[in-house]
Amino acid sequence: MIVSIFEVAGPIMVGPSSSHTAGAARLSRLATLFLNQPFRHVSFGLHGSFARTYHGHGTDLALVAGALGIRQEDEEMKRAFQIAQERGITYDFYPIDLGDAHENSVAITFTLEDGSTTQVVGSSIGGGRVLVTSIDGIDTELTLDSPTLLVIYEDRPGMLSRICAELAYANINIGVLKCSRQKKGGQACSVIETDSPIPQDIQQTLTQLRGVQNALILNPSEA
Amino acid sequence: MYSHFASMLALCQEKHWPLWKAVCAEETELTGRDEESIFARMEHRYDIMAQSAQKALDNPLLGHTGKPTLITGLAQAHQQYAQRGNTLCGPVLNRMMARALSCSEANASMGRVCAMPTAGACGIVPAVLLTLEEELSIPRRKVLEALIVASGVGAVITQNATVSGAEGGCQAECGAAAAMAAAAAVYLMDGTPEQSLQAMSHALINVMGLVCDPIAGLVQIPCAQRNASQAMNALLSADLALAGMVCPVPPDEVLEAMYRTGKSLPPTLRETALGGLAGTKAGQEIAREIHGA
Repeated sequence: MIVSIFEVAGPIMVGPSSSHTAGAARLSRLATLFLNQPFRHVSFGLHGSFARTYHGHGTDLALVAGALGIRQEDEEMKRAFQIAQERGITYDFYPIDLGDAHENSVAITFTLEDGSTTQVVGSSIGGGRVLVTSIDGIDTELTLDSPTLLVIYEDRPGMLSRICAELAYANINIGVLKCSRQKKGGQACSVIETDSPIPQDIQQTLTQLRGVQNALILNPSEA
Repeated sequence: MYSHFASMLALCQEKHWPLWKAVCAEETELTGRDEESIFARMEHRYDIMAQSAQKALDNPLLGHTGKPTLITGLAQAHQQYAQRGNTLCGPVLNRMMARALSCSEANASMGRVCAMPTAGACGIVPAVLLTLEEELSIPRRKVLEALIVASGVGAVITQNATVSGAEGGCQAECGAAAAMAAAAAVYLMDGTPEQSLQAMSHALINVMGLVCDPIAGLVQIPCAQRNASQAMNALLSADLALAGMVCPVPPDEVLEAMYRTGKSLPPTLRETALGGLAGTKAGQEIAREIHGA
């Protein structure tokens, strides 16, 4: 079997729909992991089914709740708008056409405290599972089902081998590795899924490597 | 290792295992989780299921907007009806239906539920197991074993077919839940692994072709009715199997038939809120009221 019984008996979640609430809340919460400072405004571009049915399913509440760090199983989700107001965080929703993206997709744009923005695009692909498809314009494919290392770096020879070496030293096996880049010699992004949890100190080692702009470790226990 | 019902059953026969044991062994192989941790995780899920099956019996649950949903109050009303002495299905089955409705109502009100296998079908397995646990005074450990049987059956359905209404219609969501609950109910009655899988087959056969047609696209009507009716389907299918009924089509082929039937349903009858009940004049009017023109 390749399907776990806990995929069947689960997720534990706030209703009514694993795609429209649980997945939406999780995606939005995971998107905040890509921010390097607090945000003051978040804007949700809704695509496909999300755009048509978001209010009836409470997807709007779920997305705001996720951005506030409220987990997909927390009934506080219902109070998300109120909690945002209490924290002085504003939000808005608008329809967007993301082309042939999954029906339940959203472009989440955070306005950070220094006025800069970060955009994360992703989909809620069913059963509470999510797929992050783009981070600040760089295409990626992040499911966050296994421990994941995300590295953004300059596209030049030897970078990937240095990054992978750090995992080898820590005796961590790589399950899946995906590389993408904006353009030749531009900004590159690698998503590395591993078979065991990734120690946080690898992040520091990697960010000290010349050419590495950002490294992020996401272990599913936090996801 | 197994991947289908036939190989699952063969493993039980070879090792002289009950179904739950085979499912646990498979889960350990897949995730490295040991038996004790599987039971602990399942127990937590069962607690969540029990809470959602009780929640709307005590109080009608409002929607996230603070207004009633299309199904607010159904569970409590049914629970009160179940207490009357003159019901057709009797107090036990009516209480079971009230529990299934409670899970649906909790789900529709943005309350916490455990998807089983989906949020829309989250009332069926809990209603059946909680009711049998109470009526037959079954020890908790055995109920958790039954929950593992249900989940193992659901995993085979997920792997070889689908449990998504958008892909396979309601037969794939509430139908799969009924099949899972039927197999678990047989186990609770000390039936054989073979009889569990026959009950699974009967449940799918009884629901084959059922469409997913939610009014206004919301997980409320007819999802609530179908949670109640599929809990009943699970029990009657378990009884058919325990009485000795054997379907001439093997379980894996019944599952395949369900999958193919789902695939051949037109998109209007697969969660798009365009056909079936959602497509009626009244259904469309409700949708306009909720979503605007």
